[in-house]
Amino acid sequence: MADTARDAPPEQTDFHELEDGEELFPEPATTQESQPASLAAEDISTNSNGPKQDSLFDDDPEDLFAEATEEVSLDSPERDVLLSDGPSPAITPITPPTSVITPRIGHTHDDMFTHSSFDEIEEEEGGDSFDIHISVSDPEKVGDGMNAYMAYKVTTKTSISLFKRNEFAVKRRFSDFLGLHSKLASKYLHIGYIVPPAPEKSIVGMTKVKVGKEDQSSNEFVEKRRSALERYLMRTVKHPILLKDPDVLQFLESSELPRAVSTQALSSAGLLRMVNKAADAVNKMTIKMNESDAWFEEKQQHFENLDVQLRKLHTSVESLVCHRKELSVNTAQFAKSAAMLGNSEDHTALSRALSQLAEVEEKIDQLHQDQANADFYLFSELLGDYVRLLTAVKGVFDHRMKTWQKWQDSQMLLQKKREAEAKLQFTNKPDKLQQAKDEIKEEIEELEGKVQQGERDFEQISKTIRKEVSRFEKERVKDFKTIIIKYLESLVQTQQQLIKYWEAFLPEAKAIS
Amino acid sequence: ERMCIGRHIRFSVDTSRFPNLRSVSVDLNHDASLLIDIPDALCERDKVKFTVHTKTTLSSFQKPDFSVPRQHEDFIWLHDTLVETEDYAGLIIPPAPPKPDFDSPRDKMHKLGEGEATMTKEEYTKMKQELEAEYLAVFKKTVQVHEIFLQRLSSHPVLSKDRNFQIFLEYDQDLSVRRKNAKEMFGGFFKNMVKSADEVLISGVKEVDDFFEQEKTFLLDYYSKIKDSTAKAEKMTRAHKNIADDYIHISATLNSLAADDMTANKNLNIILSLQKVEGRVASDQDLKLTELLRYYMRDIQAAKDLLYRRARALADYENSNKALDKARLKSKDIPQAEEHQRQCLQKFDKLSESGKKELTSFKGRRVVAFRKNFIEMAELEIKHAKNSVALLQGCIELLKSN
Repeated sequence: MADTARDAPPEQTDFHELEDGEELFPEPATTQESQPASLAAEDISTNSNGPKQDSLFDDDPEDLFAEATEEVSLDSPERDVLLSDGPSPAITPITPPTSVITPRIGHTHDDMFTHSSFDEIEEEEGGDSFDIHISVSDPEKVGDGMNAYMAYKVTTKTSISLFKRNEFAVKRRFSDFLGLHSKLASKYLHIGYIVPPAPEKSIVGMTKVKVGKEDQSSNEFVEKRRSALERYLMRTVKHPILLKDPDVLQFLESSELPRAVSTQALSSAGLLRMVNKAADAVNKMTIKMNESDAWFEEKQQHFENLDVQLRKLHTSVESLVCHRKELSVNTAQFAKSAAMLGNSEDHTALSRALSQLAEVEEKIDQLHQDQANADFYLFSELLGDYVRLLTAVKGVFDHRMKTWQKWQDSQMLLQKKREAEAKLQFTNKPDKLQQAKDEIKEEIEELEGKVQQGERDFEQISKTIRKEVSRFEKERVKDFKTIIIKYLESLVQTQQQLIKYWEAFLPEAKAIS
Repeated sequence: ERMCIGRHIRFSVDTSRFPNLRSVSVDLNHDASLLIDIPDALCERDKVKFTVHTKTTLSSFQKPDFSVPRQHEDFIWLHDTLVETEDYAGLIIPPAPPKPDFDSPRDKMHKLGEGEATMTKEEYTKMKQELEAEYLAVFKKTVQVHEIFLQRLSSHPVLSKDRNFQIFLEYDQDLSVRRKNAKEMFGGFFKNMVKSADEVLISGVKEVDDFFEQEKTFLLDYYSKIKDSTAKAEKMTRAHKNIADDYIHISATLNSLAADDMTANKNLNIILSLQKVEGRVASDQDLKLTELLRYYMRDIQAAKDLLYRRARALADYENSNKALDKARLKSKDIPQAEEHQRQCLQKFDKLSESGKKELTSFKGRRVVAFRKNFIEMAELEIKHAKNSVALLQGCIELLKSN
């Protein structure tokens, strides 16, 4: 029974009961199959509409002859950057555009996960030698009134040869970040890449800043946003594919960036996005997919659960932040009150002790404030980030379903056309027969191509998702572990300060006579 | 200690094991001729029944060792009769214990019941345990505060001999009949009404004695300050408790995550331990700081009451002087007026002499108690913080080594 008044020591360290060799953070189950193979991300087209589904994303080193259906210029400058040697992650050679399509019908999943020398190289380099650090700093208000905005300095420090220099900085505003995300999402989400979501808009928060309120809450808002933008960029560049995306490079490097206009909350584009999202939600409900791969079902369930738990945890941590802030305020108020009491006290030594107590409590209130900030920026924001990331993960699974649907639709259409072709044999209008036969034959050929493409797309997105999920889980475990260690260290600091303060107070208390 | 929440809560508090609250007032219960304690209490619905146990060598009592059941209202009756006794006007009457207040944990328990569906079984269990602990803490506090009241009386050279006190300790029947009579005689609420008018009286009376002038200024000011500090300390303690509760929810969610994900499992334990520490910080702070301040706030009120009675006596004396002058002018009833004036003076002098003694020893008591509690509070805070550091560092080591 919880005994509140007893001075017994708390049970020591339940967590010492680790068995030898038991992992604190065991790797997720899908380790072996999902080592990231080297990926060549080539969005050569600078129109940033992205490659279509039938992309050049060829990551199977065995298959050097990728599809050649899109218009790709091999002479664009970005490509040179991508092909440079050096410490950049290994890149598969670009396939010439006139290659022959290697039929991949009947291709099983297992082939996709064989290790190759490329895989190993990327393993080596992609892990620990990831050397890029981005900081977002110096928020500066530009302009006045409702057209004002905050400009942030984005500084990149890196040794990756992808970049022209080792250290450089640019000025960006919030809508630039949203624009970047929007481009990346449109390019990569529908083929199965988990694109980190951008920080959320906040009309209320920004209005306060625009209007020029220089108070604590608007300062906090700016700091919260700055921190979120920094985390967003770091997550984005940690993704080996996204890092090489020219839009990302441009965002980090070029001094001038075309203004992203369609990101405004209340713009027509914004409204259109909302409508599309709603439509998507309805569609999702009507797709009944024949899941042949239990892995996907399992993972989807896993992410559903994770989502629920993380949201709940986020709420609890937000409550913790709130209460700790309250504690800080209450402590400050008590400190003032104790000081007054000390002034009123007529016994000299006791009066002194009360004043000292007031001072201690004042220092402690600051401690609580700092701890509340740590609670928030380390713990709470991390959870918020992951709740949003999970939405992107779920989105990727949804896209896979849509891809499957598209494939099935093509197949059904093909079936119908074949039936129609068969029926043609028995028609009694011979003069129209040849023309109709030719037409149908053409359509059938086209549809056969589409079906093949559909199947390839489906397999591709499935493969990509497996890799992405494995990467995501690894990152998540690492992320949480890092943050939790930092958070615990912040708690340690607070407690150590508390010891200092109370140990300083103790002789004062003993001096009362 | 067994405990079940519901209609009946019975538990045995071995108060000697928990001296924490008793340190608000020192030097109690050392005189072997009259030893009083409350070993046991029962909570039925909303009524608390205390078992008052007396051990005595005094011949004025019928038995050397006996117990009686008493309710909170009996304590109030005893306090009020002492206050109204003229002979004790020059004494600081120990403050009446506050009414047992289970509202806070009861409301929380109610809310918990309503929210049961939204939490996991473990979360609910843990919250329930916390609430039961809170219930228990309130219970212990109320037992101790009633006990201290009796022990203050038994340690006082004059009050310990009071006839009503003896009745309270010994009378093995229900005191409620006596209580009702007392209410009719003294009219409880009238007393309170008069009191607030007298605050004005105290400040208005012209003081002849430096000592009392200083005491009056000091006590009036000190009272308002300590009342404020008590309220603020209480808010601090509540915030600590809220944080401890948050840790419960966090650990429960981590637990659910752990089912799905190995990483959270070890974090669960550290959070639970943190919660326990935070909870203890809250309750220790509550006992050492908040309860200390609250107790002395009430004690100072009792000291103010003494000042009021003396001021009343002074006013009576001044009035009797005026009456005597009038009588001399009219040459009527002079002996009565003289006698009345003499009595008033005598009463006033007696009150002043006794009051001075009481107030001086009160200050000494207060300083000693504050010292003791501040030292204990600082030591406990250090202890808890060191525990937390050890826990946290152990966990960090584990996490880093993987």
